[in-house]
Amino acid sequence: MTKTIPHVDYLELGDKPHLVANECTSCGARFFDRRNACAKCFKNDFKKVAISTDGILKSFTIVAFAAPGIPVPFVAGIIDCAGTSVRGNVVNTEPSPEKVTLGMKLRLTTFSIGTDEEGTEAIGFGFEPA
Amino acid sequence: MASDDIWILGIAMTKFGKHSDKDIVDLGSEAAIAALADAGVTMADIGILAAGNLMGAGAGFGQQLQKQIGQTGIPVYNVANACATGATALRTAIMAVKSGEVRMGLAVGAEKLSGAGLLGGGGVSKKDGNKFEPRGRYGSVLPTDGRIGTDTMPGTFAQVGMEYGHKYGGVSFELFAKISEKNHAHSVLNPMAAYQKRFTLDEIMNDMMIAYPNTRPMCSANCDGAAAAVVTSGEVLRTLSKEQQRRAIKVSASVLTTDPYEEACQILPDVNTLTRNAAKIAYEQAGVSPSDLDLVELHDCFATAELVHYDNLMLCPEGGAVDFFMSGATWRDGSMPVNVSGGLESKGHPIAATGIANIWEVCHHLRNEAGDRQIKDAKVGLAHVIGLGSACGIHILERSGL
Repeated sequence: MTKTIPHVDYLELGDKPHLVANECTSCGARFFDRRNACAKCFKNDFKKVAISTDGILKSFTIVAFAAPGIPVPFVAGIIDCAGTSVRGNVVNTEPSPEKVTLGMKLRLTTFSIGTDEEGTEAIGFGFEPA
Repeated sequence: MASDDIWILGIAMTKFGKHSDKDIVDLGSEAAIAALADAGVTMADIGILAAGNLMGAGAGFGQQLQKQIGQTGIPVYNVANACATGATALRTAIMAVKSGEVRMGLAVGAEKLSGAGLLGGGGVSKKDGNKFEPRGRYGSVLPTDGRIGTDTMPGTFAQVGMEYGHKYGGVSFELFAKISEKNHAHSVLNPMAAYQKRFTLDEIMNDMMIAYPNTRPMCSANCDGAAAAVVTSGEVLRTLSKEQQRRAIKVSASVLTTDPYEEACQILPDVNTLTRNAAKIAYEQAGVSPSDLDLVELHDCFATAELVHYDNLMLCPEGGAVDFFMSGATWRDGSMPVNVSGGLESKGHPIAATGIANIWEVCHHLRNEAGDRQIKDAKVGLAHVIGLGSACGIHILERSGL
C-alpha cells in the first residue's frame, strides 16, 4: 500500500478525512497554523477540534494567472464550514461563474497532489459541490 | 513643545510610469527636491527624513537619498509597511513634528515596479519532487498557493469584493468593471498618470481575465514613481511668508491602524475592519463627517477593492456600496468624487509612492491647482491606503483659510 502524507498538517486523513484547527481554550478562536499565543485573547492554551466537512461558499475568485506550475484556471474560495472559515479550492466543477456561485453548498474532498522520490503520496484537499 | 496643528508645507510627485533611465534614488530625489522647492525650504530646515521603499527594504534607501539631496546628519527612518509604506513615512514625519522634537520633516516614498508582473503568488518550491517534509507553520509538504486558495493580489482582492456581494448582494462582473470604467475615464485628465486611456465597458470586460472578476484594466498598474512631502507645525507656519501660509494644507487627521482579530481574518485578509476603524478615528480627529468631503482618493488596488471601501470609509450607509456607486456619486461630477486622479488602476501603483501621491492629488485640488480635473471649490479631502498584512493609513486634509 502506498504511503501517504497530508499536504498540510491540519488535514487529517483516514476513513473520514477532515480539517483540524487549534482552538483557543479560553476564547474559542480557531487557527489552522501553529500558534505561539491566541491573536484574539493572548492566552496560550489550545486544543484540537475537528472542522465540519460541509460548508457554503462565501467568496471566490477564478484565478487565470498564477505562479508557474499551477494549472489555471482554478477556483479559489472561502468556505464557511459551520461557522469556521476555511480556505480552499473549489474542485470537481467547471471553473466558470455559471457553475460556481456565492452561497453554493460544498463538501470536503481529498485527492493526490504528487508523489515524492520515495514513493510517498501527498494528499491534498478541496471542496466540491454537495 | 508638542504641536497639535500639522501642515503640509510642500508636496510633489514624479510622473508615474516607466522610468527605465532612473533608479529609485533618482526618483526619490526628484520628488524630494520638488517638495522642498514647493515648500520654499531646503534640507537645512528639515529635522527628520522618513524614507519609504518596499521592494528594496533593508538597503537603507533614506541614507542613499541623503547622499543625493543633502547629508545634514538628521535622523533617517527607513519605512516599509506594504502598500501603506508612503502613508506610514508621512505619518512618521508628522509624529516627529507633533511631538515637538523637530520643526519640519520630510517624507519620501519611491518604488520601481515596471514589469514586476503578478505580485503575491508563492510560486513552486524547488523541493517539488524531492522527499516530502512538512515545513512552516502549516506543516505543508508542497506550496499552498494555488493548491489551497490563492495568495495572488488580484485573486485576494477579487475575493474581498465577492465576499461583500455574499454579505449584501448586488455585485456582478459588470458592476466591478463599471468602477474601473470610471477610474480610467478620470485618468484622461491627469497628466501624471501612467495610463491616460479611456476604456469602454466592453473593452474592460473583454480584456484579459486575471482573477475573476478582475480583468487586466481592473488591476492596479505596476509602474515607477515617487512622491514627497514637507510637514511642519502651525507654530512654525505662522513665522513663514503669507504665500507659504496660503498654500499650506492642514492635516486635520493622520491615522494608521492594523487589522484587529476577526474570525476568518487569517483565511482571507480583512481589509474592512481596520479601514473602518481608521476612518472613525480620522473623522473624529478632524471633526468632519463623510458628507463634508469634497473628494476622496481611496486604495483601488483592484476594482473589487474600491467597492468595499465606499462602505468602510462610510461614504454610504452600511451595505449600500452598490447602490451608492450606481447612483453615479463617485464620478467626478457626482456628489462624492472618488479617485479623480484615475486611481491606482490607471494612475499606477508604485507601492511606496502611492500613500504620498494620493495626498498630493488631494492637496492639488485643495490648493485649486488641479487644472482640468479640478474639483471646484474643494475644501476638504480624504486619502486612504491599505497594505496587506495589514496596515491602513488615512489622512484628512483641509485647505488653508487664508
